[in-house]
Amino acid sequence: MRQQAGRRLDRGRRAGHPATVPDIATALAAAFGLITEGDRAVLSIVTLSLQVSFLAVALAALVGLPLGAFLAVARFPGRRPLIIAGNALMGLPPVVVGLLVYLLLSRSGPLGGWGLLFSPGAMVVAQVVLITPILATLSREVLEGLWEEYGEQLRSFGATPRLAVPTLLWDGRFSLLTVLLAGFGRASAEVGAVMIVGGNIEGHTRVMTTAIALETSKGDLPLALALGMVLMTIVLAVNAAAQLLRDLAQRRQG
Amino acid sequence: MRMPETALPLVARGLGFSAGGTALLREIDLVLEAGPPTLIIGPNGAGKSLLLRLLHGLLQPGAGWVRWQGRAAPRAAMVFQRPVLLRRSVRANAAFPLPLAGIPAADRGLRVAEALALVGLTDLADRPARRLSGGEQQRLALARAAALRPEVLFLDEPCASLDPAATAAAEYIIQTISRQGCKIIMSTHDLGQARRLAGEVIFLHQGRVCEHAAAPQFFQAPSTPQAAAFLNGELLW
Amino acid sequence: MIALSRRALPLLLALPARAQSSSITIASTTSTEQSGLFSHILPSFRDATGIAARVIAPGTGQALDVGRRGDADVVLVHDRPAEEAFVAAGFGGPRRHVMFNDFVLVGPATDPAAIAGLSDASEALRRIATKRAGFVSRGDRSGTHAAELRLWRLAGLDPTMGRGNWYREVGQGMGPALNTAAAQDAYILSDRGTWIAFRNRQALRILVEGEERLFNQYGVMLVNPARHPHIRAAEGQVFIDWLLSDAGQQAIAGYRIGGEQLFFPNARQPEPVS
Repeated sequence: MRQQAGRRLDRGRRAGHPATVPDIATALAAAFGLITEGDRAVLSIVTLSLQVSFLAVALAALVGLPLGAFLAVARFPGRRPLIIAGNALMGLPPVVVGLLVYLLLSRSGPLGGWGLLFSPGAMVVAQVVLITPILATLSREVLEGLWEEYGEQLRSFGATPRLAVPTLLWDGRFSLLTVLLAGFGRASAEVGAVMIVGGNIEGHTRVMTTAIALETSKGDLPLALALGMVLMTIVLAVNAAAQLLRDLAQRRQG
Repeated sequence: MRMPETALPLVARGLGFSAGGTALLREIDLVLEAGPPTLIIGPNGAGKSLLLRLLHGLLQPGAGWVRWQGRAAPRAAMVFQRPVLLRRSVRANAAFPLPLAGIPAADRGLRVAEALALVGLTDLADRPARRLSGGEQQRLALARAAALRPEVLFLDEPCASLDPAATAAAEYIIQTISRQGCKIIMSTHDLGQARRLAGEVIFLHQGRVCEHAAAPQFFQAPSTPQAAAFLNGELLW
Repeated sequence: MIALSRRALPLLLALPARAQSSSITIASTTSTEQSGLFSHILPSFRDATGIAARVIAPGTGQALDVGRRGDADVVLVHDRPAEEAFVAAGFGGPRRHVMFNDFVLVGPATDPAAIAGLSDASEALRRIATKRAGFVSRGDRSGTHAAELRLWRLAGLDPTMGRGNWYREVGQGMGPALNTAAAQDAYILSDRGTWIAFRNRQALRILVEGEERLFNQYGVMLVNPARHPHIRAAEGQVFIDWLLSDAGQQAIAGYRIGGEQLFFPNARQPEPVS
């Protein structure tokens, strides 16, 4: 099956362009072909990309959103430094994250026993590290506004900051969806970290971005561009679906 | 009216609060007993909202103290000028504070139903709360407070943004809650409203308690020139 | 809590992985992966043995590092001195030679250093250095990078004198380095396999080839299971045995692009001295 898929990718490549000049129109046609033909290899790459990024966003949200909400409501010494650190970590270079996670998960590293290096799980770990600060910082930003509105009333009800966190998360759910999408966008567009910890193994850890990097390496710029367009289409579709969901729910909620 | 187990009286001694070097409240001494509504009146900037927040414990005083001197644990609720409604249904809003107040789950449904009936929102129970009109929103805030069955209800200018009809509805609800034995402590800048609702009046001026008297006495024979001027509709500053 | 997450997290993270009865991880070079060789031979290997092989291809230097850390079961690379050091240090082995191809000196058709058709790679490099013509180096401790540095030494030159000027170290795989050379009309040393599979050649042509110093031997080693107990030694050995068998050698010989053979199996012949 993989051989067949590989051949199809190859055929797409041959059909792509015999010359060496990258041609955006050719790339468009190739991208269209990849999508409409339902190319098996591309399909499995797309599926893995979505699985890894969705799982990473879900895990990062479990930590990042409550942390962001807590930072929005609680006042304690060390809060400012924590917020500044979170802001700085948003710009964490993916390659550095990749390297750190690589050293952690390597068989010679402290978490080598998990046997996760060069697996989709390792890519999830790297993306979680990368986007948790983003989710925490953006959700704090969003929920601080909500807390300004709710704070007095909730404290009047006797809610401590810890008890206010779930209320803010639930009532801020529509804005937080945008925060999650930002995390998803960053996760799915990232290449440096997943390349290092995933290894870009065909049929196992090859995702959209590493596939694009590989085709660029091979000098097949039209195919690389076509894969890029497929990735953009998917990210666009995910965003559109989420936005639609949000609008529908919000119209009901007011 | 005083119930056997009560947290009242609520006593403030030497209460002061300043922000940015400006004293906003000074040397406030109050004893608030169970009974008919206490209305806090005074010109804008007199410190009415601030005093309510200090009494409710939302703010810590810069000087002096506030204490419940009865034997029971205090049960208080507060309704704000702009109702703070959660992004949920009317019913969920009314039920929201009950678990925080330790009300057993089995009792919550009945309390919510009664409170919504009291404010006339039973039919809208499943509506999103933030879709209600301004008057309905404030009635929901009152229902949410009533569901707690508080011993004291603080109200900070609850009708300031309402039209006359909605104000009349809100006042009726406040009077009903009061008749059920709940102590009302409410600020207003509307003299007519104070006349309609007050059992006693606290007149605040420039951060001090100018007068604290039974309503008839205050309105007929104010003992300070400032209160007399305020009642005459003169500008005070 | 921590004890729980230590058990639960790997389990959870293993979810997206496809169930794989048995599989090995091979650390290799960009040339074998980017030329398409592995995509060609691994399905035959799996059909023959039921073992799935996963390839990571960071380049010879890093591939040996990955083996050293125990993160791969088999290493297949092309830098004999580095491989022998790897074996001597007990990280794996024994080293077996698998196949060869050759390096080619590639440059712009305009050939400003006039090296086209030379039969002496050293002379070609001397002319490039004299002309200070643009030269792209891998600069990534790969097998090709090591071979390039050996060629400069043989020519009696130190190209790092031209660093930041005409000697450009990109620190990337063969493909990206070729992309750079194509964009800059620069000379570059490439393995033939990647060159044949490379599609963004623009003005680049092969200018010098077929010289014995351009010989490029690939070797394979099992990572030492005594150092890293989790190494899948049995499956890894099955892969090495298959690669060296007639079936494996024929699979390698059978990989062609446009009728051109990219790698030449030589497991059964005594290895030429390189």
